[in-house]
Amino acid sequence: MFPELIDTRPLRRAVDDGLNWVVRNWGGELEAAAYPLLMLLNWIERLLIATPWWLFIAFFVGLSWLATRGWRLPLVVFLSLIFLGLMQLWRDAMVTTALMIAATLTAIVVSIPVGVWMSRSWRVRQIVTPVLDLMQTLPSFVYLIPAVMIFGPGKIPALLATIVYASPPLVRLTDLGLRNVDPAVMEASRAFGTSPSQRLFGVQIPLALPTILAGINQTTMMALAMVVIASMIGAGGLGYQVLQGIGRLEVSRGLFAGLGIVVLAIVFDRITQAYGRRIQERIGVGEVR
Amino acid sequence: MGANGTAGDAAIVMRGVTKIFGPDPEAALKLMRAGRSKAEVQAETGHVVGLDNVSLDIARGQIYVVMGLSGSGKSTLIRHVNRLIDPTAGEIVVNGEKVLDMTMAQLRDFRRTRIAMVFQKFGLLPHRSVIDNVAYGLEVRGMGRAARLEKAAHWIEVVGLSGYEKSRPRQLSGGQQQRVGLARALAMDTDILLMDEAFSALDPLIRSGMQEQLLDLQSSLNKTILFITHDFDEALKIGNRIAVLKDGAVQQVGKPEEIVLNPGNAHIEEFVRDVNKARAIHVRTVMEEGAFEPCELTVPADARCEDVLPHFASHEWVGVVDGEGRQIGRVRARQVIKALARYVPSNGPSNGQG
Repeated sequence: MFPELIDTRPLRRAVDDGLNWVVRNWGGELEAAAYPLLMLLNWIERLLIATPWWLFIAFFVGLSWLATRGWRLPLVVFLSLIFLGLMQLWRDAMVTTALMIAATLTAIVVSIPVGVWMSRSWRVRQIVTPVLDLMQTLPSFVYLIPAVMIFGPGKIPALLATIVYASPPLVRLTDLGLRNVDPAVMEASRAFGTSPSQRLFGVQIPLALPTILAGINQTTMMALAMVVIASMIGAGGLGYQVLQGIGRLEVSRGLFAGLGIVVLAIVFDRITQAYGRRIQERIGVGEVR
Repeated sequence: MGANGTAGDAAIVMRGVTKIFGPDPEAALKLMRAGRSKAEVQAETGHVVGLDNVSLDIARGQIYVVMGLSGSGKSTLIRHVNRLIDPTAGEIVVNGEKVLDMTMAQLRDFRRTRIAMVFQKFGLLPHRSVIDNVAYGLEVRGMGRAARLEKAAHWIEVVGLSGYEKSRPRQLSGGQQQRVGLARALAMDTDILLMDEAFSALDPLIRSGMQEQLLDLQSSLNKTILFITHDFDEALKIGNRIAVLKDGAVQQVGKPEEIVLNPGNAHIEEFVRDVNKARAIHVRTVMEEGAFEPCELTVPADARCEDVLPHFASHEWVGVVDGEGRQIGRVRARQVIKALARYVPSNGPSNGQG
């Protein structure tokens, strides 16, 4: 056994007391700060549930047709969504989709600026990279429990946990995409007297868009991967069905809801990937050198 | 390099421009000033000397070619003119303005309105159509959409790319892409054009066509063009003046035929040996000056030896006429052959190689 060189009890007590202090004194404020996120999530959820199923299916089939101009992806999307309906998973799927979309939107708003900042400063990258590593590797329960203590069980901690887990790939890929823009193009842009923001929005972001879209794709996938854990603290949706299936030893319930999550993942993965490919083709990155 | 041009009559003046790459260029510069050689500085400090005390005077309205092999610092040199690279020491004056004293805002304005650049790797924006690429500089400047597209369409026509306006750069061949790059720079309507190995990435035939197009455009535009190349033939073909660069230092500056007839050192002589001298040497530099009886056949004074050679098949003497058609001299085959014969340095007794 490793010898007990220091007494960790005071340290632990300090952390616990610190958290309790935050919950007592700042709980209300933090909850109010997270309230817009809850509004966003509820709004998306209500919208999706209010949307007739056929309109939802038509929308995503249309979207996938626009992305590929072929019949194969629309067919896959159509069959996948019909499966959700037939298995009586529609409402849960909408709740899960709402959580995923809300988390992805928030991640986009936060991650892309952080990625831009990272790509411009070596020092920022030195600081942000280990934080991203931490966000991806720290078991989610470690930050879920304090989040539940502060916000109470419900959608807010579930959404926050999903955002924490799903944002890092988008930050990383935004940074990578921006830094990989052909330096010859950047130099030419500079030679014409562009300002830094003209270069960012006119050259860097458009050329990094395929990579950024790959990041958004990863974020949606990771958000879906979090739904079971999120449902443990009250997010509902397909994850909750899985959880109930496990709890009641109803294998079928868990299996069908699990397949529902897979089906959602396929739909969103294929559609975002198809858009990424489309943009890449339009730009022809790699061919112009 | 001895010309004492003042800033007034020269478009671009560089004085003692030195560029040292590395973490502490000032320290390396001190060593250089203390008389160490570039190789010593590089070995001792790990700093690379990109440009070594370069001074150039580039007169208005001429095509000034900087020629050098890869690693000679020529691309570094041209980037100093619009300050894509900041020098370690020296002074750069463009159109009477000190480029190094400009603030970032002034520098942006300078790049937007007074200087344009064409790149070896084209540097086109792959996500934009040809016409939007050509209009890019004008868009950056803040010109309205209709006005800039009209201007861009004009220059696309001038460089011979009509019909490709809506294409993407990647759908074009290398030569066409560089025409887009050229049109983009010309659309800026600046007095000064920087061309960094603009034709080096192109096939020989296309390169030759582009060179002729550039000369053709220049005859009507009269811009000041700083042209970088590693190709001595190209330098001779398009340059009004040539500066030869080696290891970041200027070796010789002169008119093309001055360099061909009197290479300044062994390095330049190596270039001259392989060059098509018939293209470099003007007839007027080898002709017999004076009023002779009029010849049957005449060529203009700015004709080159290659233009006059075919005439010797049928005529012994060919007259040389000035711009108004007056005969100012005559030339015969022997004079041309003498000029074209392999140059043997007369001043350096030990240089008998070849």
